[in-house]
Amino acid sequence: MKKTILTSALALGLAIGAPAFAQETYFPIIAKGFSHQFWQAVKAGAEEAAARNGVTITFEGPNTEAEIDKQTDILNAAIAKNPQGLGFAALDSQAQVPALQKAADAGIPIVAFDSGVESDLPLTTCTTDNMAAAAAAADGLAKAIGEEGKIAAVIHDQTSATGIGRRDGFLNRIKEAYPNIEVVDVQYANDALKAADNVKAMLQANPDIKGIFASNEGAAIGLAVAIKETGAKIVGVGFDSGKSQKDAINDGTLIGSITQNPVGIGQCVVDSLAKAIKGEELPKVIDTGFYWYDKTNMADEKIAAVLYD
Amino acid sequence: MTDTAVQPAASGKPGFFTTQTLQKAVAFVVLIALIAFFSAFASNFATGANMVGIMQATAVNGVLGVAVTFVIISGGIDLSVGTMMTLTAVMAGIVLTNLGMPLPIGILGAIASGAFMGAISGAVIAKLKIPPFIATLGMMQIARGLALVFSGAKPIYFNSTPNYGLLSPESTISKLIPGVEIPNGVMIMFIVAIIASIVLTRTIVGRMIFALGSNEEAARLSGINVDRWKILTYAICGGICGIAGLIVSSRLNSAQPALGLGYELDAIAAAVIGGTSLAGGRGTVIGTIIGAFIMSVLTNGLRVMGVLEEWKIVVTGVIIIVAVFIDIVLRRKA
Repeated sequence: MKKTILTSALALGLAIGAPAFAQETYFPIIAKGFSHQFWQAVKAGAEEAAARNGVTITFEGPNTEAEIDKQTDILNAAIAKNPQGLGFAALDSQAQVPALQKAADAGIPIVAFDSGVESDLPLTTCTTDNMAAAAAAADGLAKAIGEEGKIAAVIHDQTSATGIGRRDGFLNRIKEAYPNIEVVDVQYANDALKAADNVKAMLQANPDIKGIFASNEGAAIGLAVAIKETGAKIVGVGFDSGKSQKDAINDGTLIGSITQNPVGIGQCVVDSLAKAIKGEELPKVIDTGFYWYDKTNMADEKIAAVLYD
Repeated sequence: MTDTAVQPAASGKPGFFTTQTLQKAVAFVVLIALIAFFSAFASNFATGANMVGIMQATAVNGVLGVAVTFVIISGGIDLSVGTMMTLTAVMAGIVLTNLGMPLPIGILGAIASGAFMGAISGAVIAKLKIPPFIATLGMMQIARGLALVFSGAKPIYFNSTPNYGLLSPESTISKLIPGVEIPNGVMIMFIVAIIASIVLTRTIVGRMIFALGSNEEAARLSGINVDRWKILTYAICGGICGIAGLIVSSRLNSAQPALGLGYELDAIAAAVIGGTSLAGGRGTVIGTIIGAFIMSVLTNGLRVMGVLEEWKIVVTGVIIIVAVFIDIVLRRKA
């Protein structure tokens, strides 16, 4: 009896410890968060690809996208497990290069995703071109207001690569392509409640605003809440998806939004790592794509597949 | 103790010509001055719609501020109010959307779950002798984690409860008195404040909370069951967080499980600006509500003026320090 318990305990210990041994192929995937809907969709894509490739993955991330230090700790712990490959979405494109260097020195292939790392350590980066995606949002907004008038933007973060990329992609496109549109205000809000109050204050300061761009799911929910509460007749354009935002587009509160391909990003990371350990060559950047969606094309198969609730 | 009209002897109780009334008056003067300043220098600030907007932006922080005021007066602190709010919102979502129960049960679920978790914090503090800062720091993470676990890390929507909007964005009073477009979330904040104020100043519960904060040892020696009152204080705080959870999830028509971090600091700031002493034994609900209004008037006014977000944060920090400094100066004089 005792022996059986001992052997099964040993077997269990081996099973738990398995990823640390070179037997099974194990890729830790480290995201910028996990509680956000977007990351859950990336995780779903990564898990699908892991099952397809017959590898084991773990999916982790810090509590908020400001916790660069916590993410570095998670990264160091993952490297210490001696995995066969590593997927990493850097919260800071430079700060975590030294930790990644350790992984590279140990011969662990690295695939970056979502936002890039300013070094040539990653074999490839699976990402949305945020600048191009936000420019498409600018086009959608401009078209809806007749390419003239005052507009504003509410951005989810001042310092992250996605926040900066989407803000600048949007603003640059407006500046270059639409001379009769004036951007009167750019505000920041990191959750839906703050975004709602922010947008209301913006509308208060500039009652003649014709349209507002919101740069992520939380900002878009807040924008829709503010438009509903004020009854303002403005054009709202969002980013990402989620049920609230999809409902707002369906009932006309927002006219459209940009969706990335989070499931595709997750698949790309694991597929690329699987290719890397087989010695296949990878392109420097893999653009996982984005789509403009609105009431008319939300149900299209290609769009519906990348939207999440 | 039966005659509620008699002012109890506990120090720092509200009354006229005390430093506390003065502090409240100072906070009120600051609020009026800010409104006057922005009305003069920010065009479009002084409109009815913007005043309603400011009130709506105050509702959540105001209610959380009231919750934490109870605990701070008792000589403790509660860092879990923000994530507790999120957890209770998720509980309302589970009861209403996942289980399909009627609205009153959902309201009860949010408030009861908050009170229950608050009582656990209180018990950990009272029985295990863990300092409130540490115990509620732990509870902040526990509540955040549970909110994510219970919701499956996804927002829960209230589309199957069409009258859920009654708890915040809709305005019942505008139907009774046309033209008064105050949203229900704001009315709930005022009602919570009035009831909380009565409980703190006119009931035995309030007297015990002040007694704990003024001198816990003296309270213990005079035969008061300190542990029991402490647990009750944190339970009240948690229950009020449940009301905040209802307001925020009603306004967003969804329980957002990732929201709430950082809200505890705004709530504590509102209480402190309103003259509640972090040393315990001193504070008022009305002061906290004024403090919450000062913060949202500042935020809104600077935004309407077009001040950069970064500077807005700096100014809010300065106001907190100035408010506490005034508090110290006034107390020294007393």
